[in-house]
Amino acid sequence: MSSWARRLAPLVAAGLLAHGAAAAEKKLGLGRHALPEEIAAWDIDVQPDGRGLPPGRGTVKQGEEIYLARCASCHGEFGQGAGRWPALAGGQGSLKADRPNKTIGSFWPQLAPLYDYTRRTMPWGNARSLAADETYAVVAFLLNLNDIVADDFELNDRNLASIKMPNAAGFFADDREISERKFWNRNPCMKDCRGVPKVTGRAGEANVTPDAQSAPKVD
Amino acid sequence: MPEKRTSDRITRRGLLSAAGLAGAGMALPRRGVAAEGAKPDPAITEVQDWQRQLGDGVDKRAYGSPSKFEHHVVRRHVPWLTAAPESAANFTPLQALEGIITPSGLCFERHHSGIAEIDPQKHRLMINGLVEKPMVFTMDDIRRMPRLSRICFLECAANTGMEWRGAQLNGCQFTHGMIHNLMYTGVPLKLLLDEAGLKPNAKWLMLEGGDAAGMNRSLPIEKAMSDVMLAFAMNGEALRPEQGYPLRAVIPGWEGNLWVKWLRRVEVGDKPWAAREETARYTDLLADGRARQYSFVMDAKSVVTNPSPQAPLRYKGRNLLSGFAWSGRGTVKRVDVSLDGGRNWKTARLEAPVLDKSMTRFYLDFDWSGEELMVQSRAMDSSGYVQPTRESLRKIRGVNSVYHNNGIQTWLVRGNGEVENVELG
Repeated sequence: MSSWARRLAPLVAAGLLAHGAAAAEKKLGLGRHALPEEIAAWDIDVQPDGRGLPPGRGTVKQGEEIYLARCASCHGEFGQGAGRWPALAGGQGSLKADRPNKTIGSFWPQLAPLYDYTRRTMPWGNARSLAADETYAVVAFLLNLNDIVADDFELNDRNLASIKMPNAAGFFADDREISERKFWNRNPCMKDCRGVPKVTGRAGEANVTPDAQSAPKVD
Repeated sequence: MPEKRTSDRITRRGLLSAAGLAGAGMALPRRGVAAEGAKPDPAITEVQDWQRQLGDGVDKRAYGSPSKFEHHVVRRHVPWLTAAPESAANFTPLQALEGIITPSGLCFERHHSGIAEIDPQKHRLMINGLVEKPMVFTMDDIRRMPRLSRICFLECAANTGMEWRGAQLNGCQFTHGMIHNLMYTGVPLKLLLDEAGLKPNAKWLMLEGGDAAGMNRSLPIEKAMSDVMLAFAMNGEALRPEQGYPLRAVIPGWEGNLWVKWLRRVEVGDKPWAAREETARYTDLLADGRARQYSFVMDAKSVVTNPSPQAPLRYKGRNLLSGFAWSGRGTVKRVDVSLDGGRNWKTARLEAPVLDKSMTRFYLDFDWSGEELMVQSRAMDSSGYVQPTRESLRKIRGVNSVYHNNGIQTWLVRGNGEVENVELG
C-alpha cells in the first residue's frame, strides 16, 4: 500500500492539491450539516468487525422460510445457483481446483460483509425490503447451507462478528510490485525474441461470440 | 469477407505517382494502365439524390445522432456471460473509434441493478463517519465549487477476463471493450473532505451508490486526497444516466468498479470495509487458492483495434495498423508491434496527446502482400512496466483470477484478410 502512496506524493504536491491546500485554510462554506435522522436513514453499511450492525436476531429456521420465498428462484433451493445467478453454498476446498466454486462458504473471508450486501442489494429488484431481523435470519440460513452453523442456530448483532468463516485466511493485499517485479524491464527484446509461434487455440473453435445479426438495433 | 479491390489499389497508386511527378515539374503521365478499359465510377458520373434534394432543416435533429450508415457502431453485450441485462456489462466498439475520446453513447456499461434515473434536484451527497462535521451537499453546492476537467480511462477489472484460458471471444470489442476514455468535469473529492474535516484516524473511505444496488467500495485516503474527482459531466455534457448521472467517482488509473456511479455517500473510516465487491468479486484468485485483494491499479495494456476480427484487412499494399495503449501507473512511453507473433518488434508511432492515465493512440504503417500475420502489441509505461505475454502472466497468476488480464493479445490475419483471436504456443 505505501509504495503507490509514495509515488503519488509528487502529484499531491504539484496538482490538485494546489486547490486543496488553499481550501484547507479557508473552507468553501458550501453544503450543510447532516442531521442525525438523515445519517441514520442512509448509514446502512456494516464493517467487518460488526460496527454498523442494527440490533436484531433471526434463526436458521426463520431464514429458510424467507430464503425459499424470496431468494431461491435465483440462487437455488440449496444455494447451488440457477442459470448464471451465483451459487451461495458448496465449493469448500475447491479454490485450487481447475474450476473453483467461489461461494459464501468456500470464499468469503468475513461474515459481516454478507449482512451488509444482503441489506443493501437483496432481494434483487426489491432491495431494502428485508427487515433487520429477516436479514439476520437469511444470513443464518446461508451459514447453515454452508455447514458453518447448526440447524438450531440464532444469529444476532452480538454474535455475528465472532463467526469464523472457512476462508478467513485466504486473502492477501496486492503485491504485484514485488511478485511481478520482472515485468518492469527497461530493454524488452526486439529481435528474434522467440521460436516460430504456433496457433494452439482459436476463438472460432470456442464459437461463443455473438454474431453481427444479434446486435441491438438503433433508430 | 469483402471482395478485394486490387484495381482500386493500382489506380490509387497511379494517382500518387502522378502527383509526385507533377510536383517535380514533369509532364503528367497517362492514367495507370490498369485503369484502361475500366468503367467510369457512377458515384462520380451520376447525380445523386443528396446532390439534388433538400435535406432536413435545423431542429429536425435537436440532439444529433450519428449517420444512419454508422448504425452498426454500437455497444454489444454477450448474453451468456451474465444472468440478466440489469446485472450485466456491454462492450465499447473499439475497432470503430478514432483518436482517444470515446463518444458518450458508445461507452461500455456495467450495472448491478440497472440504470438508475435520478432527478438531480433530489440527489444528495452525504459525507459522514470519521469527520469533524457530517455534511450534505446538493448538486448545486457541488457546481459552485472550484472545478477541473481531466481526460482518463476507465477500465473494468474484468476486461479481457474471458481470455485467461485461451482465445474465446472473436473481436476486440468483446475481448477489450470494457474500457472507455473521456474528458470528465467535476470537483476534487479532497475539497469536500476538507469541508467536512477529516479526523486524525481517517484512513479509508467507503463510496456508496444511490441506485438499487447501493454498491459500495473502499478507497484508501491517500488516493482520495490526491487525484480522485467527483464528476458531473463527461465529454462536455452532463453524465449519461448509464454512467452515473448526476454524480460519479473518477479514480484515475484504478479499476472501474471503484468509480461508484450515482454516488450518494462517502463514509470515512479507519479500515477497509471488505465489501462484497472487494472479497467475493474483484479479487484475484491465484493457483495456490489464495486471492489477491485491493488490487486497484490497472497494469499497462494495449490492443490492436485495426486489423482485428471485426475489422479485417480489405486491401493488399499499403495499410494502417492502429490501436490503443494505456496504463494506470502513468503515461504510455512506447508501444511495440509484432506482425510475426512476437518474434520481432517494431516501435509504433504514438499520436498526441499522450496523457497520464489516459488511452493513447498508436499507429504502424505497413505493406501487406497477403501473407499470414500474427499481430501483437506491447505497451510500456512511464514506470518502466512492460505489458507481459499471456503465458508469463499465467505462470504467476494461474487461469482463475478473472480480473486484471493485461497479457499481450494475438490476432491471426489470414491470406484472405480475415482476422481471428488466437492463442499462441
